[in-house]
Amino acid sequence: MWTTKTFLTKTKRGNVLKIVREHYLRDDLLCGSAACNFCPHKDDELVLEANPESLCGLFDSNHYLILDTNVVLHQIDVIEEDALKNVIILQTVLEEVKHQNTAIFQRLLEVIGNKKRKFFSFVNEHHKDTYVERNPGEKQNDRNDRAIRKAASWYASHLSIKNIDGQFPQIVLLTDDEKNRQLAHDEGILTCTVSDYIKNVNGYPGLSDKLSKNVIPESCSKDALYPAHLTPTQIHAGIRNGKLHQGTFHASRDNYLEGNATISGCEKSILLQGHIGINRAIDGDIVAIEILPQEEWSKPSDIVLEDKTEDPGDFLEEESQLLTISKADDDITPTGKVVGIIRRKWRQYCGILLPSKFPGATRHLFTPAEKRIPRVRIETRQSDILASQRILVALDSWPRNSRYPLGHFVRSLGPIGDKDAENEVILLEHDVPHARFSEAVLACLPPDNWTIPEEELARRVDLRATCVCSVDPPGCTDIDDALHARRAAAGYEVGVHIADVTHFVRPHSALDREAAARATTVYLVDKRIDMVPELLSSNLCSLRGGEERLAFSCIWILDENAHVLSTKFHKSVIKSRAAMTYEEAQMAIDETSRNDEIATSLRLLNKLAKKLKQRRLDNGALLLASPEIRFQVDSETHEPLDVQAKRIVDTNSMVEEFMLLANVSVAERIAADYPQSALLRRHPAPPPAHFNAFLKAASRQGFELDVSTNKSFSKSLNEAVIPERPFFNTLLRIMATRCMQQAVYFSSGSKTQEEFYHYGLACPIYTHFTSPIRRYADVVVHRLLAGSVGADATHAALLDTRAAQALCDNLNYRHRHAQLAARASVALNTHILFKNREEVESAVVLAVKRNALQVLIPKYGLEGPLYLPSDKFTYNEEENVQICNDIVFKTFDELTVRLTLDSSNLQHRKLVFQLVTPFIPGVSYVQQTKDDQMEVENVEIKTDEKKRKDLPETKNKKKKKSKT
Amino acid sequence: MPPPDLLSSQGLRLDGRRPNELRRIRCKLGVFTQPDGSAYLEQGNTKVLAAVYGPHQAAKSKSSVEGVVVNCQYSMATFSTGERKNRPRGDRKSQEMSLHLRQALTAAIKTELYPRSQIDIYIEVLQADGGAYCASVNAATLALVDAGVPLRAYACACSASMAWRGAQPEPLLDVGHVEEAAGGVVLTVASLPSTGSIALLELSHRLHSDYFEMVLSRAMQGCKDIEIVLDKAVREHLAEGWTKQDVVTI
Repeated sequence: MWTTKTFLTKTKRGNVLKIVREHYLRDDLLCGSAACNFCPHKDDELVLEANPESLCGLFDSNHYLILDTNVVLHQIDVIEEDALKNVIILQTVLEEVKHQNTAIFQRLLEVIGNKKRKFFSFVNEHHKDTYVERNPGEKQNDRNDRAIRKAASWYASHLSIKNIDGQFPQIVLLTDDEKNRQLAHDEGILTCTVSDYIKNVNGYPGLSDKLSKNVIPESCSKDALYPAHLTPTQIHAGIRNGKLHQGTFHASRDNYLEGNATISGCEKSILLQGHIGINRAIDGDIVAIEILPQEEWSKPSDIVLEDKTEDPGDFLEEESQLLTISKADDDITPTGKVVGIIRRKWRQYCGILLPSKFPGATRHLFTPAEKRIPRVRIETRQSDILASQRILVALDSWPRNSRYPLGHFVRSLGPIGDKDAENEVILLEHDVPHARFSEAVLACLPPDNWTIPEEELARRVDLRATCVCSVDPPGCTDIDDALHARRAAAGYEVGVHIADVTHFVRPHSALDREAAARATTVYLVDKRIDMVPELLSSNLCSLRGGEERLAFSCIWILDENAHVLSTKFHKSVIKSRAAMTYEEAQMAIDETSRNDEIATSLRLLNKLAKKLKQRRLDNGALLLASPEIRFQVDSETHEPLDVQAKRIVDTNSMVEEFMLLANVSVAERIAADYPQSALLRRHPAPPPAHFNAFLKAASRQGFELDVSTNKSFSKSLNEAVIPERPFFNTLLRIMATRCMQQAVYFSSGSKTQEEFYHYGLACPIYTHFTSPIRRYADVVVHRLLAGSVGADATHAALLDTRAAQALCDNLNYRHRHAQLAARASVALNTHILFKNREEVESAVVLAVKRNALQVLIPKYGLEGPLYLPSDKFTYNEEENVQICNDIVFKTFDELTVRLTLDSSNLQHRKLVFQLVTPFIPGVSYVQQTKDDQMEVENVEIKTDEKKRKDLPETKNKKKKKSKT
Repeated sequence: MPPPDLLSSQGLRLDGRRPNELRRIRCKLGVFTQPDGSAYLEQGNTKVLAAVYGPHQAAKSKSSVEGVVVNCQYSMATFSTGERKNRPRGDRKSQEMSLHLRQALTAAIKTELYPRSQIDIYIEVLQADGGAYCASVNAATLALVDAGVPLRAYACACSASMAWRGAQPEPLLDVGHVEEAAGGVVLTVASLPSTGSIALLELSHRLHSDYFEMVLSRAMQGCKDIEIVLDKAVREHLAEGWTKQDVVTI
């Protein structure tokens, strides 16, 4: 049945330790080929076809392919295409790929898992006939190459057993290593280079575009433009003796010839300037840096520099003109240069093609949408088609003699300007998983006509008779919270009922894994990317009015002053009386003639919420603000029609207060029951340095803010009011929000009790419990709480601290990107809105920069730079003001600006802000004069996460229709 | 999710075994002439010597009228691990191992047959590559058989661990050092497979109760497989051993 021989593999490590491992060689491993007459295959174990069709013009006969490691590593995009079939992936290759690049390894596993592709993974390392032992003095790479050749020749002879000559498939080894090809040829194995093979594949046009242009970067020293990178051993030695430093490279958004690198254990980041200084590092790469001697240090230039539109060919410009370095200034920063790359962090980039000027050329430049990424040179024959499309490109290498990195075309996303293509770009650039739900996931769903089964009713507390209602923004279809309140024997009984998503999303199911990977629902202006399939998010889990739904309830007894007397949690069945909007609920409260159950319940809730809020504010919770806007979207075309700031009514904060109370109650419970693995949310206090600029600006307006604690900060914010400028206080709060740090999820085992503190809410412990339909964190918290109250069983992964922390890391990452994607979507829609119009609006100065004012338009919540020509204005650094004759601009000043859209650059369309009043000749915008030398820059718009619910109502209606 | 992959996508473990396979076991009875019984056992790269003295008259202080006193001494050779050990026996770990051995072996021996007597069992681990306790129990059983001590049944020990194949939990049988060091849970069972009773059960980490049954049944299966191997070795030894001894006596 098993084991035949024992082999000992010896390795040496660190302080010379001899490791002896067993290595069993087997005779029961299958070859996976239908042409084999020898192995005892079962039907489902046959992967490779008996008569694979030959696609390649170079080989007439049927054949299987064997790939070597470098082919897989470099040409994964080609492998992912459907063209190549009947491929044998050896374990030697699989292990090496796994060791070198986990991302590619995952992609390879996916291909192997796809039954249609007919990829077979053969365990050659444990097969008794294909195992090779490393010879004394032989390099590991050479041994692996030998193992691959051995497996190839074994396959050839194995398939010939009991087969007639010419009737069985040949084996073709694809490798780019010339020496390996020669050796294989000597051993009688058919070989070919990848590019030769792919270029001769018939029937798949465009396949050769995807070939990676991989050149070993350091080898070509001829006409080198860049200095060579150091080898890994040199880098290692350099870092050890302190000459080099390891850091992450961040390219500058504004200046393509500048960037900086953050080094752990070093406060200031290191400045890197110029082609040579950056030396082919790309944003995100981990690089080795040599710090220059102090006399060569310079300071970050504050000019905006974009790469030229034309392809200048392979030479580097004179940089002295591009980088104006004035060394007289005091604020020079440590400057260094990149001497080696430790690890590339390349991903696939969206962007557009800049076709070459010469017709028929195959080499073109590609401009990524992300400004921090340099242009990429790619090779394609389809440039005519691709020029008008958004495309996805992967990077391959950056040889020394090429001005730009080399890459290859991956796929097209759609025409430029098309709404779907633009949304796709947003989702891809922010790494939002947005593929359709797979069959395995959909199989986990209950049937469409699912109703609550009897045994479930018996197990739960029946609250169907209670007057529960939900309050949400208009057009919201994923209602995950509902409330009720009534008088009780001692005080008031208040209940928060949350959709019971975990009843449908069972742990370890395909649905659960997909939801965990997505982590959050992403809300774009005209599109929602669901975390769970729509049947759950908009129907079975959504607490719709008048329908019986499963819920997880949190019920308190509160006294007259809204102090919690007792808390209990249980699973329940509810029947919501009404699903109201904020305005409807507000009307029900205000209309004194209404005395039905819903209205009284709402009034009670509102009264208690106000007391809760007051107490929270007294404890030092911060009321922060961010400009929120919502789009009115055309029902047919989904084009935005108008934009306006959001209205806030009393009921918004009523719902919010009870959600906060529920979250805090649940957090206390799970933290007590799971000291090692409870999922909580913390908000660290901002470091004092973040406040410097903000405090300066406020004091110029005559307000001294105290930021020592959140309590004193909150108090001084409340007092900073200018009666004649009602917006001023909101503006202060908007700016205070920018000084804050991000709140993050964490596992209770990874932090001490003091670190649990939530600064913004001023509560010692906090979590997310109330939105399980759209956040995976809440799903986990539901499971923890269910285990804690005995409503459901716990499972192993739930109790593991390490697993919990890994989960939190993913949640934080996805949440950040979901927010960024939502912002990018708002920016996109703003651009569409302003395509054919201009507006003159009042604006406020948020910040004063060297060559611009950062302004905010309260009506739209838009923010952007207003550029000031340097010949008219002088910048006073000390006072942080811009002066032109007798006009002084400082933070918080009010002005009027004109808004237009600049579409001259398709990739980065921008909103242009121009000054209208106060009037300055030659600067201010005057009707009917073209002011064309204004420099412009991209606009950033901040919106709150609550914007999620502002989906166009019509769209939801449509979906409902199509379902019925 | 659990740390590194202990199972490849083809379902093989790091050393090429399938999840339900034992390491190679080689053993020999009667390796020494001085003790009353002795055995040498290899389980993969774990190599153990066992020697049995007795039953003989018990020391006054230990003597019991109920049955024989089983005295175990577990020691690891200083060269048995990757880094040299300081002392071969007497440290906490060895003392604990001795107690555990005694528990498992007392369960197997028909103690009531020899009141006021004592049996000494000495275990020497020559090379440790995971599962030293299991190999010690198995070797001691063989040595007891060689000494002619009446046993209720073979005492066999085996370990099992948990791994994931995709999302499916898959228990691993007979855990080696590499798999142990990967940080997974290790369940060690010493049992009398022919009676189905468990003499000792030890769990190294926390394991969720959902998976416990699965891991335990795999470990029990391992004990049964080991019993077959041991039984075969005993029969072979007897077949050749009798003839040898005849030669010696004549």
